[in-house]
Amino acid sequence: MIERCFARNMGQIENQIKDEVTILFAGDSGDGIQLTGGQFTDTAALLGNDISTFPNFPAEIRAPQGTVAGVSGFQLHFGSIELFTPGDHADVLVVMNAAALKSNLDSLKKGGIVVANISGFDKKNLRLAKYDDGVNPLNDGTLDGYKIHEVDVTKITRETLKESGLGTKAVDRSKNMFVLGFLYWMYNRKLDNTIRFLEKKFSKKPELIQSNIAVLKAGYYYGDTAEAIASRFEVKPANIKAGTYRNIMGNEATAIGLIAASQKTGLNLFCGTYPITPASDILHFLSKYKNFGVKTVQAEDEIAGICAAIGASFGGALGITTSSGPGIALKGEAIGLANIYEIPLVIVNVQRGGPSTGLPTKTEQADLFQALYGRNGESPIPVIAAQSPKDCFSAAYEACRIAIEHMTPVFLLTDGYIANGSEPWEVIKSEDLPDIEVKFAEPRELEDPAFLPYKRNEKLVRPWAIPGTKGLAHRIGGLEKDFETGNVSYDPENHERMVKVRQAKVDKIADYIPEQELDAGEDTGDVLLLSWGSTYGAVKTAAKILINEGEKVSHAHVKYLNPLPKNLGELVKKFDKVVMPEMNNGQFIKIIREKFLVDAIGLNKIKGLPFVTQEIVKKVKEVLA
Amino acid sequence: MMPEVKEKKITAKDYASDQDVKWCPGCGDYSILKQVQSVCAELALKKDETVFISGIGCSSRFPYYMDTYGMHSIHGRGPAFVMGLKTARPELNVWMITGDGDSMSIGGNHFIHLLRRNVDVNVLLFNNQIYGLTKGQYSPTSEQGKVTKSTPYGSIDHPFNPLSLAMGAEATFVARTMDRDPKHMRPILIEGEKHRGTSLIEIYQNCNIFNDGAFFPFTEKTTKADNTIFIEHGKPLLFGAEHRKAIVLDGFTPKVVNTADVAETELWIHDKHDRVKASILTRFFDDPREEGALPRPFGIFYQEKRPVYEEGVSAQVEKHVKEKGGPNLNLLLEGPNTWTIK
Ligand SMILES: Cc1ncc(C[n+]2csc(CCOP(=O)(O)OP(=O)(O)O)c2C)c(N)n1
Ligand code: SF4
Ligand SMILES: [Mg+2]
Repeated sequence: MIERCFARNMGQIENQIKDEVTILFAGDSGDGIQLTGGQFTDTAALLGNDISTFPNFPAEIRAPQGTVAGVSGFQLHFGSIELFTPGDHADVLVVMNAAALKSNLDSLKKGGIVVANISGFDKKNLRLAKYDDGVNPLNDGTLDGYKIHEVDVTKITRETLKESGLGTKAVDRSKNMFVLGFLYWMYNRKLDNTIRFLEKKFSKKPELIQSNIAVLKAGYYYGDTAEAIASRFEVKPANIKAGTYRNIMGNEATAIGLIAASQKTGLNLFCGTYPITPASDILHFLSKYKNFGVKTVQAEDEIAGICAAIGASFGGALGITTSSGPGIALKGEAIGLANIYEIPLVIVNVQRGGPSTGLPTKTEQADLFQALYGRNGESPIPVIAAQSPKDCFSAAYEACRIAIEHMTPVFLLTDGYIANGSEPWEVIKSEDLPDIEVKFAEPRELEDPAFLPYKRNEKLVRPWAIPGTKGLAHRIGGLEKDFETGNVSYDPENHERMVKVRQAKVDKIADYIPEQELDAGEDTGDVLLLSWGSTYGAVKTAAKILINEGEKVSHAHVKYLNPLPKNLGELVKKFDKVVMPEMNNGQFIKIIREKFLVDAIGLNKIKGLPFVTQEIVKKVKEVLA
Repeated sequence: MMPEVKEKKITAKDYASDQDVKWCPGCGDYSILKQVQSVCAELALKKDETVFISGIGCSSRFPYYMDTYGMHSIHGRGPAFVMGLKTARPELNVWMITGDGDSMSIGGNHFIHLLRRNVDVNVLLFNNQIYGLTKGQYSPTSEQGKVTKSTPYGSIDHPFNPLSLAMGAEATFVARTMDRDPKHMRPILIEGEKHRGTSLIEIYQNCNIFNDGAFFPFTEKTTKADNTIFIEHGKPLLFGAEHRKAIVLDGFTPKVVNTADVAETELWIHDKHDRVKASILTRFFDDPREEGALPRPFGIFYQEKRPVYEEGVSAQVEKHVKEKGGPNLNLLLEGPNTWTIK
């Protein structure tokens, strides 16, 4: 039986307290889903909830309206407890049309709430969502076991605005405000944050401020008066460490991390890049901050983007290039050049599903091997991976530090999941950021000893000598160099020596990064969950659950993938079993097996979707059994 | 009075690096290197502020031989390195060396985008109509039917006309010269260096190993006069022995006439600022062996003043600093919306 929430028991609204709630907003990409989700997120954050979000975009910009391909989603997890993922399954699924229900019902918890806009379930929409003639999932038993709120959002919105003088199109565009207002009511939120937002957003179009606020309120009052809803929920502020917080998305955090490194070092930031999903937002963010001296070049292709960044680095700028898998493939030759030049460069790969164009809007972490090995010749490059939206900041900052202090290209791996996801971030002060040491080679007089551009210091790092410096004119190139002079050399012994020293230089970075720590659990036990990149939140949550259940499980999350922390092998070997969840067909696991000869067990998900906690819990239990 | 301290005048030799030049003996590249070094000396370019950037090819070894800053990069991508370096450091004097394979084939895309952006750089395109470094395959500028190792029965593809391509790509300085005429090359190099923007200078260069004589009709005494026309701004288009022949325009069609047969007012006076006429001039691309072939022009075809890319980028930065104030990292870290938990 479907539990239809028609009658309110004696007009009494029950107020339930919840630790955590996951809401999934879904609708046409034109329905304003991202904005609705974003507003709810901001309001929840301001109220002191912990939050984690994940938007899910269709690959097509405007796929035909009403179709499954055109559904856009925004998942929001908020709670009074600490959260690390956008939630395994939704408590509430808001669907603006039939297609949104069809493609998201799987994500709803058994017994969860569906808020359905019934005008999105008319004949036309049902047909577009490819339901059989005469079938309507709202009443054919599909939703048995769920609680449904059917609301004619379109109709009420039109009703609310019938005297506004706005055209139907403009009126219908504010439907999302109704839904937002209704959910604010359901979760006992105030409207003022969104009202302020609307006033700012439409400051040049006052009529839209009025109409949107009217619809937002209509949604709120609908909850109060429709006599349809039996319960409201309350999610208390989380017990978060005292401090000042902001909400941050991964790509934005990456951009800010890069700018912060440029500001702290006094090096101008130069980003040479070419648009590609899901990396473009980094370019969008960076290009706004011209007053930070940031120069961005949208080049003719990815190759030009990275080559321009290398050119800028040669000139003493902090050269950055950003892309995703297919673009990184194009950059391969130039990355090799930066490697043999031994010049600072940060290559950001916001990974997506591959190979080739693959799943442009979906997430995956299958470019680890590409980062480690995707070049001709022996071309070792440090690799760092970010673990969450906010961690993109410190990972980007750290990538810059290593690139500059060790004169090397550095790979920063993030992915579509954390790039577009967001979470609260305790605001860090510029003064509290670690220092990055920058030293350009000093000018030289004619009578001084010859300048040797490839002479190494104790870190095996060569000097960064930039054009314009007196007496340091020198040439760098992709041809092998003499160990002593840096001039072109085809000598066999010398080549081997150079290959080894470039490797040793990268290996030596292990002396300048932190040792590996456990994220949870004892330093010995039955199972070590060993993860990297964006799986952090799900694995951490799984580890917590397992530990609470009394299992001898620990969790280590690796940020430095090349070189690996010096103590990692030792740490791994203290566990009976090592389980490695990865959103790929098993890449990091091959490295761990090869380096430490441990029989690690893979847990691989390659669906373009992040792990849910339960998948990890289940796997560990199987291993323990 | 203080005795005047005379600074030692810088010479061409001062621009030569300590590396042995390794082109084949007799290669046209030598003469270009010599002229570039001598022009650098004449203009007293600061070695510490000059950068030579190249791609890959025989010609692209050039930077190793210059005692300036230099980057030997990867095949075809020179323009991108130039764009990055100039954008980061607009004050540097940057030169780019490229071959016909490097710029017309693998780097064709970067080449046209460099021109349209108008980055301030001198581009020397060493056109030997062959792939030298890889030992003699035909190139995108080789004539159709070219027999090489990779085209034993003759090439099928129609060649590029680099200067016409440059005009189409919105170049602001388009010129052609040749290795065997250093007297002609020098002023062109100097004009190119003075031009603000991308100065494209195509240099016909003899590869005496794999494509010997490709340009002999234009460079050798016996044929040069009839097959070439040296264009100069403000001067009529005259050529042939004792300038007995001239070019006139009949509508948009160029015609060869006897100089004596036409009134002075009928002559085509070269105007390097006239885009349409310059484009017509770049279309003088006939095979000199064919009957009625138009002479091949050498000189500056076209020049235009247009804002330079890197200055536009810097201007935007300055404007934003002025409007929004200088960088405030703490404000950026804070973002537009914060909340405090006590
Ligand atoms: C990515 C890449 N592909 C191919 C080559 C091989 N290669 C080196 S130089 C060259 C052609 C050079 O011809 P051109 O640019 O005309 O220079 P030239 O040697 O004639 O001066 C080729 C194909 C390479 N170095 N890199
Ligand atoms: S192969 Fe040709 S272009 Fe290359 S160095 Fe020899 S002569 Fe010059
Ligand atoms: Mg060539």
